[in-house]
Amino acid sequence: MTAEPVKAAAPAGMSRRRRRQFALGGQYGLLGAVVLAVALLANWSQLQENFANFGKARDLFPEILTIGLRNTAAYTGLGFGIGLVLGLVIALMRLSSVLPYRWFATAYIEMFRGLPLLLIFIFVGVGVPLAFPGTNIPGGAAGQAGLALGLAAAAYMAETIRAGIEAVPKGQLEAARSLGMPHGRAMVSIIIPQAFRIIIPPLTNELVLLCKDSSLVLFLGISLEQRDLTKFGRDLAGQLGNTTPIVVAGLCYLIITIPLSLLARWLEARQRRGQR
Amino acid sequence: MKDGASAIEIRDLYKSFGTNEVLRGIDFHVDPGEVVCVIGPSGSGKSTLLRCVNLLELPSAGTVRVAGAEITDPEVDLDAVRRRIGMVFQSFNLFPHLTALGNVTIAQRKVLKRARDEAERIGRANLERVGLADKIDAYPGKLSGGQQQRVAIARALAMGPEVMLFDEPTSALDPELVGDVLGVMRGLAEEGMTMLVVTHEMSFAREVADRVVFMDGGVVVEEGPAARVVSDPRHERTRSFLSRVLDPAAAPAHGPAGDVPG
Repeated sequence: MTAEPVKAAAPAGMSRRRRRQFALGGQYGLLGAVVLAVALLANWSQLQENFANFGKARDLFPEILTIGLRNTAAYTGLGFGIGLVLGLVIALMRLSSVLPYRWFATAYIEMFRGLPLLLIFIFVGVGVPLAFPGTNIPGGAAGQAGLALGLAAAAYMAETIRAGIEAVPKGQLEAARSLGMPHGRAMVSIIIPQAFRIIIPPLTNELVLLCKDSSLVLFLGISLEQRDLTKFGRDLAGQLGNTTPIVVAGLCYLIITIPLSLLARWLEARQRRGQR
Repeated sequence: MKDGASAIEIRDLYKSFGTNEVLRGIDFHVDPGEVVCVIGPSGSGKSTLLRCVNLLELPSAGTVRVAGAEITDPEVDLDAVRRRIGMVFQSFNLFPHLTALGNVTIAQRKVLKRARDEAERIGRANLERVGLADKIDAYPGKLSGGQQQRVAIARALAMGPEVMLFDEPTSALDPELVGDVLGVMRGLAEEGMTMLVVTHEMSFAREVADRVVFMDGGVVVEEGPAARVVSDPRHERTRSFLSRVLDPAAAPAHGPAGDVPG
């Protein structure tokens, strides 16, 4: 009674286990074949000469860190700071009971989310000096890059911050107001700290995006001392006639972005477990 | 509370949400030092009434005077009046990013502008008063429901309120934790605190309250001394509600008790 139905269920030919072994074997076989083909066909010495030339890589140091990495970090940090402050203001305007504030915030968000970042960089770098002759954005290239990044980041962060504020339960504001706190005080002491705790992971991701986008500073016309990682790598690749500087610049980006991504993932996991 | 006037005085209070009339002409008062329990079926408007007393809900019509100030007056300094009214919520609403001590000190410091030392001294004293001296540095997430509600009571007391409002303070608690919270409230009542309590705890109402107000359908159906209203209700609606609350297992098997008109 027990054996018969089992036998009947197995189709003629392969068992389930056998079929699985076959499928896995096929996939590993294909992978092996591709790796082998690449290994045999590629010109390794030429590749290494061009992409991983250790002699030329050594010549990049320490300038690629003291100039490139330092400037990338500075532009990113400045853009994040401007974006965070501006984003908080726009988020609060978006939640305001004053209708024109809401209109302005919505228009700002839709505009800066809809424009290519490169266009904003060109606008800040070229458009502003043309439109307002004599104006000088403080901080030179860093100020311009920070402003362009911050203007765009503010639109994204405003939406994130608004979502965070709305995610704080309604009872929190009621409890704060019941204790006699005016609305603004309740926002500052009770609501916004909780909102920021909720949005730390998405803000960390925003920081990673800004780090990469800071490479657009390339289009601002910057001096040698103001070069970021991308521009530095590109210039040296041209000077040396070799691709290695671009590879090294890429690795320098990963030094910043991978730990940040890991941090964001860890924060998210910690939050899902419930704080503290 | 000037001149022996009422601590809370509610006159001709109406509240609608859209077309839904929740309060339909409420009149009653609470004297200084008195404990009044509001009972009634869910949807009868008890919580809305309580939330109108500190203006978490804006009444559609009528006046509410609390601690000598007319809180429904549009010219009144609402935050100043609220400082004198303590509010305890069904869902506690502790601030999760602050410790127990942080919860009981933040409004003292930011609203009453007390110095940190003084705020912490008063905060500790009030946490002790609710039996949580050992939980001062705990975050709300680490506390049981009963402990959280007691911190919430301490938070309100630390402001030195003249009146305390309780909105079903034990309804969200596991049954074995209800007693701790009721014990703290009983202690407050014995110290002479003026209290307006919306509750389903009939034994608390009978033993601690000076007066009980029974609400149904947005009006006060019956009010009087606690022992009389709970043990010997005059109105049929009160009687049917109390029999359902006091002995839920006695409901007939085929459905809810038939509503006897009258």
